[in-house]
Amino acid sequence: MKLTTLLASAAVALGLAGGAYADGHEKTKVGFVFVGPIGDGGWTYEHNKGRLAVEEALGDAVETVYVENVAEGPDSERVMTQMALDGADLIFTTSFGYMDPTINIAKKFPDVKFEHATGYKRADNVSTYSARFYEGRAIQGHIAGKMTKSNIIGYIGSYPIPEVIRGINSAFIHAQKVNPDVEFRIVWAYTWFDPAKEADAAKVLIEQGADVVLQHTDSTAPQAAAQEAGNVVTFGQASDMGQYAPFPRVSSIIDDWAPYYIARTKAVMDGTWESTDTWDGIGPGMVGIGEISDAVPADVKEEALAMKAAIADGSYHPFTGPLKKQDGSDWLADGEVADDGTLAGMNFYVEGLTGEIPQ
Amino acid sequence: MDLSVINPILLIAALMSAATPILLAATGELVVERAGVLNLGVEGMMILGAICGFAIAVETGSPLTGFLAAAAGGALLSLLFALLTQVALANQVASGLALTLFGLGLSALLGQGYVGVKPPRMPDINFGFLTDIPITGPILFSHDPVLYFGLLLVAAVWATLKFTRVGLILRAVGENHDAAHALGYKVVRIRTLAIMFGGACAGMGGAYISLIRVPQWTEGMTAGVGWIALALVVFASWKPWRVLLGAYLFGGITQLQLNLQGAGVAIPVEYLAMSPYIITIVVLVILSADKSAAPGSLGRTFHASH
Repeated sequence: MKLTTLLASAAVALGLAGGAYADGHEKTKVGFVFVGPIGDGGWTYEHNKGRLAVEEALGDAVETVYVENVAEGPDSERVMTQMALDGADLIFTTSFGYMDPTINIAKKFPDVKFEHATGYKRADNVSTYSARFYEGRAIQGHIAGKMTKSNIIGYIGSYPIPEVIRGINSAFIHAQKVNPDVEFRIVWAYTWFDPAKEADAAKVLIEQGADVVLQHTDSTAPQAAAQEAGNVVTFGQASDMGQYAPFPRVSSIIDDWAPYYIARTKAVMDGTWESTDTWDGIGPGMVGIGEISDAVPADVKEEALAMKAAIADGSYHPFTGPLKKQDGSDWLADGEVADDGTLAGMNFYVEGLTGEIPQ
Repeated sequence: MDLSVINPILLIAALMSAATPILLAATGELVVERAGVLNLGVEGMMILGAICGFAIAVETGSPLTGFLAAAAGGALLSLLFALLTQVALANQVASGLALTLFGLGLSALLGQGYVGVKPPRMPDINFGFLTDIPITGPILFSHDPVLYFGLLLVAAVWATLKFTRVGLILRAVGENHDAAHALGYKVVRIRTLAIMFGGACAGMGGAYISLIRVPQWTEGMTAGVGWIALALVVFASWKPWRVLLGAYLFGGITQLQLNLQGAGVAIPVEYLAMSPYIITIVVLVILSADKSAAPGSLGRTFHASH
């Protein structure tokens, strides 16, 4: 008796849910899964700005929800499932480690659209999107190579994934171009967001003589460590981190997700959404270069801005040959430009970098 | 690989600073556990101390006031734990875990207006000419006051537990609360005070992270340090000097592995990253081979009528 009641009510509930879906709810619901807190001042902060821009642009037609501090891995599946069950039409999962969970959950909810940032696995209802951060890294590398006096540049890596390795290579190539003696010291933090660990890593690099610290982690802790050291140059990562300008932060890479988020949400509303792979850079405006502060000499600033313009109009590609891999084998011939496939899966250092990529 | 880039003097100075939050929290927890109470809420008290200290330091412009506020905040939160476990006789493990979750949530709420704010800096103690002595100068005489306070605290806790009547009573309560009660000691009152002491220490440990080590406020910034402090107390067999050793070992190897990475040492990074945990556990397990057991009444609920 009890069981039948239960089954009956379950059937009714299912029917109601199905009915609600068939009617089409009035608002388009967009979910965001964030890896850090929205107040991290970096990566997640910018994604959240994109979310707010969607709300502002589309007003009452849209409702957004987000969950912050979601651990990469199985826990994220729970969060995505909950969002899908709560009626989200479109879900942005904004960290590399959500790749497999996104694919798994997308299979279970074929009517929900998913967008995974920085990954490479797609499905009929899963798009991927990323920004060509390496274009910004090239400009950082140029400034860093010019600014360093000790010729030691510290680099705080998060995880050894293609996106991060691409950034290291791009920065190194352009630092070496203007300063052949430059040396990169790389510390892997194995976290996207852990202020204490990031601060420690920055301090260690500074103690080892680095007077420029680049970071590929999300918090502003390395900026604070550099500020305390006094004579160390840093760059804002993912967000402007302008509170540390004009020094130590002399420039930054800013991710601007707002136009993309608005366009994709509109596509869901119009029914024109399709699974795509978007990879935009400085040209389309997905990657911004934060104001280069006066701590940078005027001529260096000019060169950096010229490079930015050349990258934006497509006349210069940061990975242009001749380039060799770390082991000395040829990668790109003179004038040859790296193809997107190689870049997307980049798992090697270019010649001149020391150390090994953790496997 | 170029090991010459690692400066051992700076490394030792850095490890002392890196170990201080763990040291403060673990010393406090040691006193709590010696009184027979298992408080798993260290992480929660630390993070609450981190935001209380940060907020008050920013508002008043005085880091020292910040640390006092952090101690007060940690103690206040631990009072909740004392209320649950000593008065309401709730399960200590469950209450401790709840305290951690509560502390994490409450600190995130309190800290919303403090993201991206820069705290006033606590100056290092000026030892005058002592700082200029080669080697020992930078290692021993170049730190902030809280670091020295941590060392003094360990010594004070050790001396109090070993030589004083107060220490004897505390240990008696922890070893056998029924016997202590029969002797006329106020078990609940003594334990409540111990819990508050532990909370104050944990709060200061948290504030050390947000005010000195990082220094900024971000949600969840203690990132598991409280749990390491808890484990350290057990592995150190409830002995203050071993807590100090464990904390310095952990801090030291954490710093060393970052240094080795920077120097490009060809050990896989994964092994380097796990080394602080493994080496600290191994060393303390070897040390604890003597017959020092946990306090007899650890984690047991006390009520006078039982």
